[in-house]
Amino acid sequence: MADLTDRQKDEYWRYNVRLTTILLVIWFVVTYIISGVMAGWLNQFVILGFPMGYYMAAQGSLAIFVIEIAVYAKLMNAKDEEYGIREEA
Amino acid sequence: MSLDKLFGIYTIAFLAVTVLIGIGEVFFGLPNAWIGWIFMALSLAIYVFIGIVTRTSNPDQYYVAGRGVPAFYNGMATGSDWMSAASFISMGGALSAQGFAGLAYVMGWTGGYLLLAVFLGPYLRQFGAYTIPDFLGARYGGHAARVIGVIAAIACSFTYLIAQVTGVGLIVSRFIGLDFNVGVFVGLLGVLFCSVLGGMRSVTWTQVAQYIILIISYLVPVVYLSWQIFSIPVPELTYGQLLQRNNASAIQITKDAKEKETRALWKKDADEATEKLKDPNLSEGDRTRLTATRAAALAQARPPAPSEDAKFGYYLTVPSGVGMWNFLALTFCLMVGTAGLPHILTRYYTTPSVRQARTSVAWSLFFIFLLYFTAPAYAAFARFAIYAKLVGSQVADLPRWVTLWKPAGLFDVVDKNGDGVIQWADFVVKSTDFVVLATPEIAGLPFVITGLVMAGGLAAALSTADGLLLTIANAISHDLYYNVIDPSASLAKRLTITKVLLIVTALISAYVATFRLSLIVELVAWAFSLAGASFFPALVMGIWWKRANKAGAVVGMIVGLGITTYYMIGSRFFGVSWFGTLTIASAIFGLPAGFITIWIVSLLTAPPPKHVQDLVVSVRYPKSGQATAREAQGIGLGQH
Repeated sequence: MADLTDRQKDEYWRYNVRLTTILLVIWFVVTYIISGVMAGWLNQFVILGFPMGYYMAAQGSLAIFVIEIAVYAKLMNAKDEEYGIREEA
Repeated sequence: MSLDKLFGIYTIAFLAVTVLIGIGEVFFGLPNAWIGWIFMALSLAIYVFIGIVTRTSNPDQYYVAGRGVPAFYNGMATGSDWMSAASFISMGGALSAQGFAGLAYVMGWTGGYLLLAVFLGPYLRQFGAYTIPDFLGARYGGHAARVIGVIAAIACSFTYLIAQVTGVGLIVSRFIGLDFNVGVFVGLLGVLFCSVLGGMRSVTWTQVAQYIILIISYLVPVVYLSWQIFSIPVPELTYGQLLQRNNASAIQITKDAKEKETRALWKKDADEATEKLKDPNLSEGDRTRLTATRAAALAQARPPAPSEDAKFGYYLTVPSGVGMWNFLALTFCLMVGTAGLPHILTRYYTTPSVRQARTSVAWSLFFIFLLYFTAPAYAAFARFAIYAKLVGSQVADLPRWVTLWKPAGLFDVVDKNGDGVIQWADFVVKSTDFVVLATPEIAGLPFVITGLVMAGGLAAALSTADGLLLTIANAISHDLYYNVIDPSASLAKRLTITKVLLIVTALISAYVATFRLSLIVELVAWAFSLAGASFFPALVMGIWWKRANKAGAVVGMIVGLGITTYYMIGSRFFGVSWFGTLTIASAIFGLPAGFITIWIVSLLTAPPPKHVQDLVVSVRYPKSGQATAREAQGIGLGQH
């Protein structure tokens, strides 16, 4: 591991915590608010035959989870690169 | 040869063989029984072959596949490790019966991967242990946390394993016609060859092969159905139209006079059963039988929409009040359970680096998503087939798939009002498991596709069984025997113990499965709550809070497990009810209790030693997994 200064370590970790928090907030809102509590209300909107409340719980939320994890992997891996954190593997 | 090329050729070869069998069936009249045998023998032969080719006695290979599995393939292996007989066979049917409420499973079993990705996966990889109890032992020190981890790992994995073995027996007995008990043991051969010969290394590559089979066989029938009805081969897009048509049918059926008549007859049956149940001299057997009759009759008497002028049938209706609370609570428990199940977490030990571990979680969810994204479409197509083809048909002239599947006993068709026409209320579903298995026939596809689905269901059950067996055997041999009982045991001795345990565990699970306990399905749902309440808090706190200590973790895990178990057993058998919460969502109480306990007890007791705290911080900055693994071992095994 490249030796990072304490300040760099702090920045790196804070970036990680911020990213994690944002992703978890989206996860929470998508799952429990949009696909849960609000689903009944959303069902009044129908697109391509899909009532939106049902659609979000059945498919929309899943697609968002996949994108979230992909974004997390991409951003964190890029951050490693930026800070010169190299694994010997 | 590169992996991509190898698995590319394998996929094409598998498709080619399927087409060949199809040609054999259509042009040369290959009998159905043969097709079933060919698919089973062929897929088992592939798994056994991979097991033999990848056999190993190197501990790093045996426990964590040499930490050399690329992210993409680890994603596939995790996909089939994760997707069990329940995902493959049961989920489509459960969704088709429950509608919106069933979507808790779809969201819960996918959304958990986000928790895994940001809280656990990459950090566990950086820590670089062999098993999940290994991590607990190294992080918290001493044996207590490790031993509780071993107990929890065995508790959730074993119940889950029995369900897989039962799934194998069902598939083999239904399609091949072997006796259930024989089928169970035949299927286990495929599992044991891999895990015994090559441990994690063999299991990984077999799981990749199994994923390819299971995803092809899940998608083919429903893609064909979508093509047949809409001329667009994307069921995930077209089933919206079916939701509308199904909804219209549900409301029509609620209003229909003949349907009302049939429902009234079922209601009368239920009332009669209620009257008889009032008799205090009833024997225990009669009471159970009458209660079941009444429940079944009431289900038939229920219209598919809440009222005649409702906009949505029950299928699309979003629950409110306690129903919504349970929907959210169950979704949450399935998510934390997903992120806490040891056989899944262990998979992220096998990637070459932390970066690959992160990417690997993304691939895992993508491969799982391909199936889960399609499951609601499966459900809608199946319901459509029942509304459009079965309801209104003559008793004397039932659709072909109905006559083919009726003998299997998963559903029944009874002309309740004797008018010679099938009403919706005449269709009695005993197990929704027929939905995925019968879809090829519903679509009027040749039997080769049914054989394909069978191979897919078998792959789903076997791949999960592989992962679970290994988790149980390693928990006992590595964590309990090597780390706690006999730290001086030689490598050869440890591996021998693991192999013996694999065989013994497999035999015990097969033996238990032959009892066909009805409680199994519930036990699987319990496994999620147990894993969520025991592992999740201890792992997350262990990684994210350096102040978390041994006392906190041990007491926290016991409290989490204790409250969850108390509510599970209390609500299932003794009428305990907190806010009307479902038994299967018990972790909603145990998990927060676990977190709070770890926090409070850790603060009340001495902080963990300096080198442990330093280690927790160092795990935040990825570097060579090997180096950290050695540090972790150093702490965990310091006393030896």
